Parts: sequence; structure tokens; C-alpha cells
Amino acid sequence: MTNSFRVSKANHLRRRLADHAASALAVAATIIVVAPLVAIFVYLLYKGASSLNLDFFTKIPKGPGETGGGMANAIWGSAILLGIGSLLGVPIGIAAGIFLAEYGRGSKLANIVRFTADVLNGVPSIVMGISVYSLIVLPQKHFSAFAGGVALGIMMIPTITRTTEEMLLMVPHAIREAALGLGVPNWRSVLSITLRTASPGVITGCMLAFARVAGETAPLLFTALGNQFWSSSLNEPIAALPLQIYTYAISPYDDWHRLAWAGALVLILLIMVSVSLVRYVTTRGVLKGAN
Amino acid sequence: MGVGIQVDNLNAWYGSNHTLLDINLHIPANQATALIGPSGCGKSTFVRCLNRMHETNPVAKVTGSVRIGEIDIYADASPVEIRRRIGMVFQRPNPFPTMSIYDNVASGLKLNGFRNRRVTDEVVERSLQQAALWDEVKNDLKKKSGASLSGGQQQRLCIARALAVDPEVLLMDEPASALDPVSTAKIEDLIFQLKSQYTIVIVTHNMQQAARVAERTGFFLSGKLVEFDSTHKIFTNPGDKRTEDYITGRFG
Repeated sequence: MTNSFRVSKANHLRRRLADHAASALAVAATIIVVAPLVAIFVYLLYKGASSLNLDFFTKIPKGPGETGGGMANAIWGSAILLGIGSLLGVPIGIAAGIFLAEYGRGSKLANIVRFTADVLNGVPSIVMGISVYSLIVLPQKHFSAFAGGVALGIMMIPTITRTTEEMLLMVPHAIREAALGLGVPNWRSVLSITLRTASPGVITGCMLAFARVAGETAPLLFTALGNQFWSSSLNEPIAALPLQIYTYAISPYDDWHRLAWAGALVLILLIMVSVSLVRYVTTRGVLKGAN
Repeated sequence: MGVGIQVDNLNAWYGSNHTLLDINLHIPANQATALIGPSGCGKSTFVRCLNRMHETNPVAKVTGSVRIGEIDIYADASPVEIRRRIGMVFQRPNPFPTMSIYDNVASGLKLNGFRNRRVTDEVVERSLQQAALWDEVKNDLKKKSGASLSGGQQQRLCIARALAVDPEVLLMDEPASALDPVSTAKIEDLIFQLKSQYTIVIVTHNMQQAARVAERTGFFLSGKLVEFDSTHKIFTNPGDKRTEDYITGRFG
């Protein structure tokens, strides 16, 4: 009598083959995902590393055709623009996410906010630039770092809002009940318990938004404009790494091309460093013992 | 010290679902009162009405009166004040995962704006001792996360957290149903000791547990309180046929 539960030899072999095939597919997919990043990074290192020196970080650009000079003003300008953008985008984005997940659940307003955020996420960045141009630059009659920062900030909001909402919804209901059961007011429970429990995911969302706008060129063309000189004023045009890379890359000078490659490398490195730094600080401080 | 609870004409709904029908009973101070009954009979809803947790569900509704000591909890106070005076322990241990053991116990004080370090230290130690957890965790208070403890320890941590805000009543919604027999025995010992200082209401599926820890027992069925009497009477000589059927396991 045959036992139908027992796996025959041939059957067993077939299962093992299927298992290996599935693993191989997963590994292949992983390689396809990682390969472009590695390729870009290696190519940037190859093209840009040789032009990186102290001057690149300390000098401002030289005139057209002259060799030497650096991108100190563009690095500084990007820092200012991203600072303004984050100051605007992170609090508004997180607050809107809290509204969606904790207060507006199922309400009409929440559905409108959620839909708006999703549409805003899909708006081409050049359109964002033109909008901020007509809202801030035209009335003020001049380009400014402030306008650039606002454009980047608005672009950060939808990503942060939607990830914050998703992450807050993942916090178990039992945790909220525990806080309410202790007689903690709802707002306090939302900020100190729910948001704190969800903070690793919320921070990831903020970092994603930050990294995305750090490389944006289009919204800055109409707002921050770019600047060949050192500037820290929020009321004047300011340089930014992506803008500077763009200007140099379309120029006819070999030396500027080399600087553009170096600028692209620095931009990627700066994004990587700031993202890792935030992750390091937050996992050590706020979330210690959070597993 | 604990206070008594007087419930009059309590009705509760989830949406259009009428889950509690005209509940009247008096829960005496400084005793343990057990609530038994099949799943979905309304006993959990009932305890959640006692600290106004029921209304955290947007479709929930309550009518009737609940008096804890001198206070009518639906007329005289805000839900936040009520929940500070009436602690709750839930079915599944739910320590705050981002907090250390110490911060979990101190959370009720800290989140309500209490800042005195020395007093907080004392309260944390006293609460953990009351919850019979102090000796097991005293060396890792600030080093270990509340979520790193075993299930039984987590539940005792949650009891310590509830005790730290100095409530008068402790509501326990099936506090041992997710725990192994050893941890369950520890929780039952705890209830025995705590009832000298607090009024305890415990929902349980386990009839032996009700018989072991409670002076009085109420039997719920389909949203009604069928019988409420001394535990001894309920388990030896119940007045209602349905109670007898349930406790003898003849219930279909």
C-alpha cells in the first residue's frame, strides 16, 4: 500500500529544483536593483574623484575658460536651501501625517488631504518651480534662496505626510490603548507614544524626501536661480550643487566638465553622509533599547 | 484605598449593535469581582465602560450612570481624569516598546507632566514591588526595553505601570489569557495581595480563576447580567438555570 503523504524521490527532486530556482530569481532581482546604484557610483568616482581637492571645497568658481576654482558656494547654497526646505517640509509633513492617521481617519477632509498629497507627489518638479516663481519670485521681483527653499520644502511635504501616516497606522492599537488607559490626554499620547513608536519609519520618510529634493534642479531654476559668488543672504539668488552641475555640464569647457563630475560625486556623497548621520544619531539617542 | 462602584441602567452600543442591556450592580470596595461569560457576551465592553475606554471607539455609545465612590464618571469628570483614577490591564501585555522598564512604569507620571526625579524613583520601585517584578528587573531598570521581558513579566510590568499612577480601582480584562500556567499563577497571587488596597474587577474566561481570586462573580450572557452574587454561591448553588448550564459546561 502506498502512503500518499510520503514524497517520492522524483517529487522530492522537483521540489528542490523549484526551491533553488526561486532563490536564484530573488538573488537576480536583488542584483538588478543594486547594480545601477553601484554603476553610477563607480562611474562618478572614476570621472570625478581626480578633480576633487581642497580647492573644490574652499574656492568659488573661476570665470569662464579659466582653470581651477571650486564649488564652495554651491555646497553652502545647497545646505541653506535644504535647511529651509526641511524646516518647512518636515514639520508640516509630519503634522499632516498625524492628522491623517490619528484625527481625520475616514473624514472627508482627510480624504481630500490624502488625495492632494498623492497628486502633489506626482506634480513634475518644473511645475513646482514655476508655481513658486509666480507665488514668491514675481511679487518680490527678484530670485532668492528663500523661494528656492520653499519650492524644495513643498516638494518634501507629500512624501513625508504619506509615510508618516503609514507608519503611525502600523503602531498597534494596544499601545494607544495603554497610553489612554493611564489617563494620558490624547494629544500627548499621539506625540509621546504613537509618533515615538513610529519614529524609525517617520525618519526614513523624511530622509527619502530630503534625498529626493537634494538633487532637484528644475524647481531651483525659477527660484534660487544660481549664483557664481558666495552668498548667505536668503533674499538673493543662491548657488546650489545641482544647478552648478547643470551649468558646468552644458558649458564648452573641459575643466568645467571635470568640475561637474566632481560636483555630482560630492552631491551623492553628501546625501549618503547626511542620511547615515541622521540614522546613526536617531538610533542611538531617541530609540535606544527600542527593539 | 479602593472605592466601590455603583452601576445603574447601563446600556452600551457599538454602532447599531446593542451590546449591554440595562446593567445594574454594585461592586464592593477592596474586593476582587470576577466577570465571566462566553465570548461576545459584553463583559469586556462592561469593564471598558467603567473607565470610559469604550468611547475611544468612534461608533460607541453609552447611557446610564456609573458612580465610582462619590463621582458620576459620565457627568462629573473628563475621561482623562477618570482613567487616572481607574487603572486598566489589558488582555495582551502592551508595554511601550520604545521605553526602558523604568520609563514604562514611570510613563503615567511623566506623560502627565510630573517631573520630580526622587519621587518618581520611589514610585517606580514601589510599583514594581507591588507587581512582584522588582527582584527580577532591579538591575536592568534603565538598560532593558520593556518589550525584552518575557510575556508574564511584561504583564506584571503593565500592572506596575497601572499602579504607578495610584488608582483606586484596577480593571483587568483577561489579564492572564495570553500567559502560561506559571505566569498565570503569579498574576493570581498578585490579585490576592492587591485587593487589600484596590478594588479589582477582573474579566476572565477561566472559571477556576474566578473561583480562586474573586469574592463576587457576575455572569454575563448576550449583553445581560444574568446573575451577580458571591463567588461561592455562583459556583455551588446558582440561582439561574443559565448560570448553572454555563459553569457546568452544558452550554451550547
